[in-house]
Amino acid sequence: MNFDEQLDDELNAALKEFRSSVHGWSEAAYFRPRTAIHAAPRARVWRLVAGWALGCALLVGAVGGGIVEQRHRQELARITAVQTAEQQRKLAVERAREEEDLLAKVDSDVAREVPSAMEPLAQLMVEDESK
Amino acid sequence: MTEEIAADEFTRMVASHRPQIFRFLLASTRDVDLAETLTQDCLLKAHRHWASFRGESSVMTWLMRIAINLQKDHWRSRRMQFWRQASSGAVDLDEASEWLPSGERSAEQQMLARERVAQVWKAVEKLSERQRTVFLLRYVEEQELSQIAEATGLSEGTVKAHLSRALVKVRGELGGKR
Repeated sequence: MNFDEQLDDELNAALKEFRSSVHGWSEAAYFRPRTAIHAAPRARVWRLVAGWALGCALLVGAVGGGIVEQRHRQELARITAVQTAEQQRKLAVERAREEEDLLAKVDSDVAREVPSAMEPLAQLMVEDESK
Repeated sequence: MTEEIAADEFTRMVASHRPQIFRFLLASTRDVDLAETLTQDCLLKAHRHWASFRGESSVMTWLMRIAINLQKDHWRSRRMQFWRQASSGAVDLDEASEWLPSGERSAEQQMLARERVAQVWKAVEKLSERQRTVFLLRYVEEQELSQIAEATGLSEGTVKAHLSRALVKVRGELGGKR
């Protein structure tokens, strides 16, 4: 199978133009004045420096991130502890107040001069004395 | 004395084949600096193994085989070094299509020709590494199928198959823009 036989005119023309274009470009590039003799090692040095800088930045980022994360966790734990203590304190205060109220109620009930069932009778006695 | 003759032979060989190796590598990479570096590497490798070259294939085919392997190694290592992508010196398709012999054509014909060249470049960019190599060896370097098969280490049948697929893509790219 001859490949050139199956090419239509347009494809053939395009391929010829492509060939001419590559040949022209290559010729111009091949005979261009060379000025990059010193640039190549410099570029290599820059690449090396950039590589190292990137590596260091990644390392610092990883370590720094770890430290920040650790501190963040510690801070969170501290805040949680403080909040728990505060809640427990409030709960204790609440309970103490409830107990106090209960005791006060009991006290008032116990400390009555006359039991409530006898109260109408006691009132009658007071009225009699006033007469 | 024998060494001197070998050195002379090698120098002559370099002078006659270097432009073609450079052109193939330039078309493969679209990067002038990279093509120059790979050409140097290719000739350095050829120099090291010059004594062991037995002439089983033509010098050009032998050199082309070295160039193809170097290019493959380069892309393989490039894939591993992702940060080097940014420093790639490959020119874009429009710049690569700028080169067109003026001949005696009108400005309009030149513009159309430039557009067609850009479309072929676009198609070439989309080809697989092997298809691109085979395509460039055939349609830029105008090598015979047997030479391409020898240079790439593929069978002639495989070369034909790659060329067919490459042509379908180029045709599709040219047809799609009509």
